[in-house]
Amino acid sequence: MSNLLSIVTFLPAIAALILAIFLRGEDAAGQRNAKWVALIATTLTFLVSLFILTGFDSGNTGFQFVEERDWLMGLKYKMGVDGVSVLFVLLTTFMMPLTIAASWGVETRVKEYMIAFLLLETLMLGVFMALDLVLFYLFFEAGLIPMFLIIGIWGGANRIYASFKFFLYTFLGSVLMLVAMVAMYADAGTTDIPTLMAHDFASETFSILGVQIIGGMQTLMFIAFFASFAVKMPMWPVHTWLPDAHVQAPTAGSVVLAAILLKMGGYGFLRFSLPMFPVGSDVMTPLVLWMSAIAIVYTSLVALVQEDMKKLIAYSSVAHMGYVTMGIFAMNQQGVDGAIFQMISHGFISGALFLCVGVIYDRMHTREIDAYGGLVNRMPAYAMLFMLFTMANVGLPGTSGFVGEFLTLMGIFQVNTWVALVATSGVILSAAYALYLYRRVVMGDLIKESLKAITDMTAREKWIFAPLVVMTLLLGVYPSLVTDVTGPSVEALIADHNTALAAADRLGDPQVAAASH
Amino acid sequence: MLQIILFGPLLGAIIAGFGWRLISIRGAQWVTTGLLFLSCFLSWVTFLTTPDTVQHIELLRWIESGSLSTSWGIRLDRLTSTMLIVVTTVSALVHLYSFGYMAHDDNFKEGEESYRARFFAYLSFFTFAMLMLVTSDNLVQMFFGWEGVGVASYLLIGFYYRKPSANAAAMKAFVVNRVGDFGFALGIFGLYYMTDSIILDDIFADASRLAGMNLQFLSWSFDATEILVLLLFIGAMGKSAQLLLHTWLPDAMEGPTPVSALIHAATMVTAGVFMICRMSPLVEYAPDAKSIIVFIGASTAFFAATVGLVQNDIKRVIAYSTCSQLGYMFVAAGVGVYSAAMFHLFTHAFFKAMLFLGAGSVIHAMHHEQDMRNYGGLRKKIPMTFWAMMIGTLAITGVGIPLTHIGFAGFLSKDAIIESAWAGTMGGYGFWMLVIAALFTSFYSWRLIFLTFYGEARGDKHTHDHAHESPPVMLIPLGVLALGAVFAGMIWYGSFFGDHNRVNAFFGIPAHHEAADGDHGEGVVAATEAAAEGDGHGAVEALMEDTVTDGSHGSDAGAAAFHGTATAHGDAHTGMAPQGAIFMAPENHVMDEAHHAPTWVKVSPFVAMLIGFVTALWFYILNPAMPARVAEANRPLYLFLLNKWYFDEIYDFIFVRPAFWIGRNLWKRGDQGTIDGGINGLAMGIIPFFTRLAGKAQSGYIFTYAFAMVIGIAVLVTWMTMTGGAE
Repeated sequence: MSNLLSIVTFLPAIAALILAIFLRGEDAAGQRNAKWVALIATTLTFLVSLFILTGFDSGNTGFQFVEERDWLMGLKYKMGVDGVSVLFVLLTTFMMPLTIAASWGVETRVKEYMIAFLLLETLMLGVFMALDLVLFYLFFEAGLIPMFLIIGIWGGANRIYASFKFFLYTFLGSVLMLVAMVAMYADAGTTDIPTLMAHDFASETFSILGVQIIGGMQTLMFIAFFASFAVKMPMWPVHTWLPDAHVQAPTAGSVVLAAILLKMGGYGFLRFSLPMFPVGSDVMTPLVLWMSAIAIVYTSLVALVQEDMKKLIAYSSVAHMGYVTMGIFAMNQQGVDGAIFQMISHGFISGALFLCVGVIYDRMHTREIDAYGGLVNRMPAYAMLFMLFTMANVGLPGTSGFVGEFLTLMGIFQVNTWVALVATSGVILSAAYALYLYRRVVMGDLIKESLKAITDMTAREKWIFAPLVVMTLLLGVYPSLVTDVTGPSVEALIADHNTALAAADRLGDPQVAAASH
Repeated sequence: MLQIILFGPLLGAIIAGFGWRLISIRGAQWVTTGLLFLSCFLSWVTFLTTPDTVQHIELLRWIESGSLSTSWGIRLDRLTSTMLIVVTTVSALVHLYSFGYMAHDDNFKEGEESYRARFFAYLSFFTFAMLMLVTSDNLVQMFFGWEGVGVASYLLIGFYYRKPSANAAAMKAFVVNRVGDFGFALGIFGLYYMTDSIILDDIFADASRLAGMNLQFLSWSFDATEILVLLLFIGAMGKSAQLLLHTWLPDAMEGPTPVSALIHAATMVTAGVFMICRMSPLVEYAPDAKSIIVFIGASTAFFAATVGLVQNDIKRVIAYSTCSQLGYMFVAAGVGVYSAAMFHLFTHAFFKAMLFLGAGSVIHAMHHEQDMRNYGGLRKKIPMTFWAMMIGTLAITGVGIPLTHIGFAGFLSKDAIIESAWAGTMGGYGFWMLVIAALFTSFYSWRLIFLTFYGEARGDKHTHDHAHESPPVMLIPLGVLALGAVFAGMIWYGSFFGDHNRVNAFFGIPAHHEAADGDHGEGVVAATEAAAEGDGHGAVEALMEDTVTDGSHGSDAGAAAFHGTATAHGDAHTGMAPQGAIFMAPENHVMDEAHHAPTWVKVSPFVAMLIGFVTALWFYILNPAMPARVAEANRPLYLFLLNKWYFDEIYDFIFVRPAFWIGRNLWKRGDQGTIDGGINGLAMGIIPFFTRLAGKAQSGYIFTYAFAMVIGIAVLVTWMTMTGGAE
């Protein structure tokens, strides 16, 4: 199949189209049909996407399954995957059926809800596969619209504020990225991503208004892209939109946001920042590393004092994304492998944690930690699942959460031991906030009158968790499933990066000397 | 066979945890216990047939990234097999004991809640994690076991999940352990950075080279081995509840008593000692770090013993005693007599597990009363338990015939450590702290016996009237452990702390080290000379100096030359990993000197024990009013000890509360005040402008966004069409 990637990408969109055109009626049957169509479409997408994995040659570090077509106004439609992106595609197609299944209880505007999610899937998949700058930008930005609608229509009480905040952050980042993209096109004369990755952007130091810009254009372009990706990650200190967005989003929205949308920033760093602006990345590395380390400690401490479960997990997500940026900018095999692994693993774990919150939110309609306590008495199965994912979240060896954390920390230790020390202290803090949450919600005697009749998980809920449990443990015990796929591409990425740095004569820089030691 | 030992308990845990509905709770208990006894039997077979050379079994790939290659693998040597029998024996007996102990529990609703299946599943899971820890052939798998036992401990301490105190203790245990793990993890990163491997053999092979190198850690340059051993030791401190990171252990007594016996006395808490012994080929090259280990160990032994003097909860007394005994083990490891540390670990597992199980039997008899002030005169009511506790006490206080090798297990192993401490510290701090701690140990152990089993019955009369002996299923494990507490020391003294040759043979250390033992009466200098003549030791030292000056990490030429020469000399501890389960540097003669310690040193622990015994006898039998008077006369000191030197209060003040305070401030002032405040301020300027453009303020945010994006695309597309498209 020469257009496998397009099929995978647009299958959900076609399903959305079918829903939009053919499905009528808001009655129970109509709602059920909408749910089933969405579930079948996303499941089918997942099954088809498995062909990408089976057909993928991990030894080949170039782009595979490449499709290239002319598009409107002389633009190109170009898709492809490599070792860095292929697993994000799989993560997306894997998570979406679970997300749909978790939305079985939605009752208002079900059709539109499902359409939003299906479109969102198409756009997210597009981001990870697009090999043309304009195409990427389209997918990257358009994907926010369904997310907006999901928060804005099916969200909580304060959804306007959350969306507003989301908009502002993303808008500022995107504008800068757009400017940089225009500049890149002006310089290289193409929007083809593989060509741009090989292109040497100017890195001679110059000064603007008396300010020395080390790394020149590359640094400026890096900063512009960074503005967008850092917001998406999100990195400290531009993370404050995330807790609000999570709190207001419906459960399924939170799952997608945490499991997939947050990964776009990390993917962007690996696809654009490092290969296209090696000198710029190198100049900015110390800043990014410290932002990551601060993020880990800062947001972990903030998570400790949260009163809202979703907020707590959102802050924990920011901390975990701190490991990702740290690993990426450690710029060595362990760091980058670990960062990709952490993103994949965080997709499963944070997704599962938000689902865990969803399970009790559906029953009690509150996310206040204080409203709970002693759930283990009536919900033993829930207690067990929540325990597993809490432990995975704190990076217990044997779960996938450990591998990413461990590899990124191992990577950073070789580059900067101070950052490593600060970041490693995150393992203490994560244990503190995660277990403190667990203790307040699940442990203890069940004394609250309101909880006396709460019921344990239904079979449907358990089945949603089953695949996540399997992946969390499987990747924890046999992480080679991921690293075998990513390893060669990451190796090539690092080799190219170092070659570029050497060419720019930046390997004499102390930071780099320490890294290559 | 090792696979069965290892995965049997895991299988049992899974069956009991998830399948108890199918096979009934009773079935779950039998499956887990049966598999544990199978593991135990096979472990003893393994122990008795441990091969001389180290064996490796690879099970499965694990974390691989670049040059980092980790697999699930087993390393079998004497250290592993010793730990195997300790872990599986105590675990099997504790499983059996729990049949009786957990039969009825007022914390759960009988018939409704499957707490027994859960309990046995946790116990078996713990055993699995512990076995993974001790059989690991690389540091990352050890870390897996390390954290795995932490989780099992967390689950079991919080087993009575309705009790807030149990939940708090569980969390505290996990978090404090994580502080240790933080050090351990950094140690692993550092070792990987320096040696490019996390496999034990590779690290050991590089140890002598590391010794002369510097590691730039934080802003300072450290001697690589020193700093790495210290980081690993921080991990050991957490797991083994050493001073500063000990606060979780007494609280861990919230768990059911069989758990305390298995996890918080015999096995998990000894993981730190095991790790230091396991890393002995590295530790030997870090003299300063070793001194710190001795200092922390000795201080812990002393500190915990002082606190143990005044505690009233029977389990807490034994918990502090454990803490103190672990200090002994670290002192032995710190002075370089790893075999003595392992010896005490081995004997301690028996008698401490027995003391805990005995205490459990007392608690069981007294309807879960744990305060010794409400005990008294139980000797007649529960005679079997009394005798078991008596044997345990004789063992822990170190009763035996001075200057011979006849005595209870603790007599031999503790004296071995005290003699080593004398030799290793030149009769300094470490030695004296341990002797004083021995005195205190004797006092609090006898105090426990006297308060519990002698004198008048105190407290609730009804409880005393109904005090009953435990069922056989609980007494049999006590009997088996009693055998260990009596004979383990005498049987294995020679192997762990006897003549140098026997110890070498036991641990599989190649024969050429015997030269170092050649003339041990003459002192260090002579021995070193003998060694130099014996095996070309001088040449090796010269070589090591070479590497010191060479210094750099990746210098292939230097390393290759070094390798070649080392191989030519056939000396195992330079180019390749040293043979044997433990490693003592050629210039380490502490064990031999300990053998030749003066008589007063050898008798000192015995004398300390006697003084402690007599004092306890006087305080609690002959003159029962005495303790209260002494406590009254020294009230500040008494409170200081009773409140455990106020460690919990201090930590709460300097760590816990500030963490919450900082968290709240970062959240309210940082996130909401500064960051959001700034953004909002900015927003007030920009947004109205756009919303006006979009027209409708009400749902403006969506339109605004879509609008902005469309503008963006339009700008980009226009730009490109104008400049000639993307062709």
